[in-house]
Parts: sequence; structure tokens; C-alpha cells
Amino acid sequence: MASEWKFTIKDLAEKPELFMPGHRACAGCGPAVAYRQILKAARGPIIATNATGCMEVVSTIYPYTAWRIPYIHTAFENVAANAAGIETALKVMKRKGRLKHDHVDVVAFAGDGGTYDIGIQALSGAVERGHDFLFVLYDNEAYMNTGIQRSGGTPHGAWTTTSPAGRVIPGKPEYKKPIADIMVAHGIPYVATASPAYWRDLIIKTRKGLEVEGPAFLHALAPCPRGWRYDTGKTIEMARLAVETCVFPLWEAVDGEYSLSAPSKVIALKPERRKPVREYLKVQGRFRHLFTPEFEHVIGEIEQIVDKRWSMLLKKCGMA
Amino acid sequence: MKRKMALAKQTILALSGDEAVAYAVKQSDVDLVAAYPITPQTIIVERFSEYVHDGEVDTEFMCAESEHSALTACLAAAAAGARTFTASASAGLALMHEILYVTAGCRAPVVMAIVNRALSAPINIHCDHADSMVERDASWIQIYVENSQEAYDSTIQAFKIAEDPDILLPAMVMLDAFFLSHTLESVNVLPNEAVLKFVGTRKIPLVRSHEDKLVPFKLDPENPLTMGPLDLYDYYFEHKRQQEEAMQRAPQTIKQVHDEYGKISGRRYGNGLVDPYRLEDAEIATICVGSTAGTTKTVVDQLRAKGVKAGLLRLRTYRPFPSQDITKAVGNVKAIAVMDRSHSFGAHGSPIFHELRHVLYDAQTHPQVVNYIYGLGGRDMPQTLIHEIYKDLQKIVKTKRVEKPVQFIGVRE
Repeated sequence: MASEWKFTIKDLAEKPELFMPGHRACAGCGPAVAYRQILKAARGPIIATNATGCMEVVSTIYPYTAWRIPYIHTAFENVAANAAGIETALKVMKRKGRLKHDHVDVVAFAGDGGTYDIGIQALSGAVERGHDFLFVLYDNEAYMNTGIQRSGGTPHGAWTTTSPAGRVIPGKPEYKKPIADIMVAHGIPYVATASPAYWRDLIIKTRKGLEVEGPAFLHALAPCPRGWRYDTGKTIEMARLAVETCVFPLWEAVDGEYSLSAPSKVIALKPERRKPVREYLKVQGRFRHLFTPEFEHVIGEIEQIVDKRWSMLLKKCGMA
Repeated sequence: MKRKMALAKQTILALSGDEAVAYAVKQSDVDLVAAYPITPQTIIVERFSEYVHDGEVDTEFMCAESEHSALTACLAAAAAGARTFTASASAGLALMHEILYVTAGCRAPVVMAIVNRALSAPINIHCDHADSMVERDASWIQIYVENSQEAYDSTIQAFKIAEDPDILLPAMVMLDAFFLSHTLESVNVLPNEAVLKFVGTRKIPLVRSHEDKLVPFKLDPENPLTMGPLDLYDYYFEHKRQQEEAMQRAPQTIKQVHDEYGKISGRRYGNGLVDPYRLEDAEIATICVGSTAGTTKTVVDQLRAKGVKAGLLRLRTYRPFPSQDITKAVGNVKAIAVMDRSHSFGAHGSPIFHELRHVLYDAQTHPQVVNYIYGLGGRDMPQTLIHEIYKDLQKIVKTKRVEKPVQFIGVRE
């Protein structure tokens, strides 16, 4: 991998916006913040493809577009196949002298539905075939576009419209699928988690994902005020709390070698800096029903799974 | 006007229908072939992968993890400017259903070969047309072939039709499973250079961009386009109407491409849309698509030898539906039997029958039209059964009465 890209915030400010203002995302949209940061990491010509979902809907209402780069959306479950087709077309057209550019990066965006659930087949196939592209999962932890239905990325206990906070079943009974680990298990050269609260980390990881030869996977947490039920001004706070509580640790795996990224490494080295999981849960309406005597045990279950996954991660990073 | 046509020197190869298609793709300078072997699988991409692994083609071959992704990859690569091809059948085509519409809506000129096979359940891998008939509304051009030679010829033509800037619609070429796909036939193939010259390099038309500039219609970093946008009630309708307009232009383009190809190959299939056989003075006629036309021609010859004025009209394209050509071709026929190798359950008859009888409603003359559903799941359609159909037509002409407008033939009652 090339030496790490160095930049100042001024450098970023001077780079043209590739994801333009004027899109129809909600106030406080976490994915929109993540998209803007991700495209700041572009290193040259780049083509984007997006799965069906919030960001596809809000950014391309014909005859308008928020995309200043070539973009294609085809369906929900197949964005990795879009990327595979584009990457292959570029490769063969270059070989045949029909491509003006030396290299064009390809980035695929999908939400949690288009990654964990309906999109995992195309994703798994595309990375198995080794296409050179970056897959960005913007994880807002439910099908927000269609009205907040639960996905494989929705955390345990969370309220959604298909995992309601019922009198008997308090939110989602199942646990969040460890999607980034699943991608590491595919043996691809680069996998990372990121949070828009740590923008420098997110941008550097995006650049690494673009630079690496072969498939790369970036799992960006992208809080959604509508679905998570918090005040629209608190998106970045949520994105930070998720990291500070170890609910969503930041790490990367280069060629399968895990290492913690700075914001999570600090916590690994000084566990007293870690904030309680409850602090993350209590500020979100989707977990409100758990703060009752009847369902408080679910908070314990959430704490348990967070602890378990954190200690597994520390082992993988050689920090246990 | 007399003009000597420059016929290309051709070679005769023993090819199955599958191999004939693979050979045509090999010669058509395709950039990407993506495919998946859902049950049932076809030999088309197996042969093609041999060409790739033996270095005989400059094509990327993608073994996708599903038919859905195979077509998606072809669509996205076509959006990036590539010439793409895939092949499928039965369940695979059904799985592609969603992306068939997306491909047409994105105006991506993907070419696909369909080996027509029955849909499950019960699972069956043999020939009927249910798989492609159900996709008739997807805005793909559909060409049904009679033999392996035509499978070869039509595949080459399909690239030129689909990529025509006036059309820009995907095209599928249908060949009957086993009867054509697995049966060896002598196939005349053109020299590589002749095919290459005929199909040319993919043309990319200019379109108006979001910034109101004329830019190439592809994913081009220098001229960014947003493809596959959210398109609501204020524009969607116009875009769908444009697809229909392209489909309305397609008959002309199909005929032109067919004619142009005829000049280098010496082979023509009617006018490219409909292929009549001994129909000029016919009083009774059958209408069908696919390989059954071959058997039917033999039956027609036998009847003609006995003095029966029998004819056949084979539809080569089902989309666009060649309404005018059909009306013209069957002008003097008194009774017509439409032979359908698929069925629309609960409907009054099957797909070709529906559309054909509907077209004739506006015709000057009104022949009696009956429907025979035959050969589902690969059930053979022997000459004896086709004779029965013509016998029925003779009876209809004689009695001027239709007893059963829709019936199944060759099935246990």
C-alpha cells in the first residue's frame, strides 16, 4: 500500500465538492455527511454506483442530481455487480484503446439493507472475483428509505416499524451481523470501519480503499435522526458516542491483519476512557422502551454483546 | 436494377445452436460476457469461456454469482460504453426479470441469448417458450430463430440492432432448447473480418446532460451523467413513452440490418420480421415461432403435394410485434391456427394467439383464428399433430364454424 496520504483541512476545502449541496436528504442526515467526506478522498477520475436506498432517492431526483461524477443506480441488491461490470468494462476498454484515462476508480455505495441483507450475494461474489473497487456501506441500521424496517444491521433491542417495542417482544430480538468481519473473512486486501465523527480517519480510510489493488470494504456508521429518534443536531454526537462506548469500534484490516484506529486504540490502552453503553442508548428514542423495569435486561444483553465483540476485536488486534 | 452483391466467403462448421451463438459472439468483438449457470445451464458460455481461455477473443468473461448479477454487470458495463452479452434460460431469465426492465429503462443495448426452456414447477429443463413470453413487456427486442444457422446470424444482427442510436434497446435471441441448442447442424460462418466490419465498434450517441451540454451517453469522468435516477410522475411517463417510440422504430431497423446482413451472407429470413412459407395463395395457415416452423414446412409441402392450399407464417420477431407485416402476409387466408408453445393460465388462449387475433380485428379480411397450445415442457410436436391442425383448419373453412377456438394438442386428456 502507498504511503499514507497527508492533507490539511484547507486542502479539503479547496477540493471541489463531488457530492453537491441541494440534495433532498433530511436535516441531520448522517449518510449525506459521510458521502461528502468520502468523495473528498477521491484521487482522480471516479465513477460511483449506488444501491436503491435513501441516498439514491435524495440525490438523483430527475432532472436534478447531486453527483458531479458519473453515477449509475440500477437496483437494490446488485450494486456490487454494477461496480463489477463497470470495473471490467474500464479494464477491457483500456486494453482496447477506448478509454481516455489511465485509471478510473470505482466506488459502490449501499445502505445496510443493500449490504447485510439483499445485497450480500452480489457483494460476496464481486469480492470473490477480486474486482478492483471500493464498497462503502453507509450503515444507518435499518431500512430508513422505506420507513424504518429492521435489517441485519439493526442492533439488538432497537425499535423499528417491523421490530416494534411490543408488550411481549421489546424491539429486535436478533443481533447485528458482524458484516465487516465477514468481509475480512473473504480474504480481501482492505476492510475498515469508520465514523463521520472522525472525519480525518474516515477520509484516509476511503483513500486507502481506493488505492488498494482489488476489493476494499468501508463500513461507515451513518446515524439517522428519523430512524434512531434523536434531535437532528446530534448526528455527529451519535457517531462519536458509538465509538466512545465501543458499540462501533474503529479498526482496519490490511490483508487480514487487524489494527485498532486511533479513537478506539485510546480506549483499548486506557479503558477508563470508555463511556458506558447506556449513554449511547439513552439518547436514542429507538432504545427508549428498554429503560423500563420490564425490559431493562435487554440493556444488559446489549452491554454483553458489545463487551464480547470488543474483547474479540482486541484479540484480533493483538491487544487483549 | 441488377447489382452484384459482395458475398463473403463462408466456412461450413458442424455446430449446435449453443455453439453457433458462441461462435457469433466470438466474432462480434464483445467486451464483456457475464453469465451464471442456474439450472438449467447452456453450453453457450462454456464454449465461449474456451475461446477466452485459449486466447481467441479479447473479451472479459465474468462468472457471476447469479443470473441477476450477470445481467446487472452487462448492463453497468454497457453504461460504461462496453459491448456486452449474456445467455440464460428458464429460471435464470426469471431471476433476471427485475433487471430486464432496468436494462431497457437505462437504454443499455445488452444482447442476450435465451435457450427457451420450461419454467418450474415441476422442474423441467426442456423446451417451451414460457420463459421468454413472460418477458414480452420488458421492452427488449425478441427474435425467435428456427435453426442454428439463424441463431448464428441473428446473434450478430442483434448487436447492430440494439446498439443503433435510434433504438438503444436490449435484444434477446431465442432458440429452442435441445431441438436447436443441443443438435448439430451445418452452419455457414462468415470470416471474422466480415463480422467485425458488419458490427463495427459500439457507437455512443450524444445526449443532453444535467448541465444542458451534449455529452456521450456513458459513464465518462469528463462528462458526468447520472444514470438510473429517481424519476417521478413528472418525467417517468415521457421516458417510458420514449422506449415505446424506440420500439416503434425497431421494425425498420431490424429489416435494414437483416437486409444488410443478407447482402454479405446471402441469407434472408423473410423480411426479418416475418418469414412466410408458401403463403401467397394459401387458404389455411399456421403461425408459430421457433423450430416447430421447420417441421411445419415439411407438413405444408406434403399438403401442397396433395393439392391442399396450406401455408405457414413464422414470426421472427415477437417484440416488436410485426402487426402490419402479419396483416399483409395473411391477407387472403381463410383460417389460421396459432401454435403457442407457452400458456397464459386463465387467459383465453396463449400469448401469440392473443396478439395475433387482436391485430386481425383491424384487418380488411377476418379469417377464423384458432389457438393450439402444444409442446409444453419439451413434449415433441410431430408431423402427425401438425397434420391434425391443418385438418381442423380445412374443416373450419368447409363448415365456416369454429368448434373450439382454444385447445391443447398432444396432451393426455
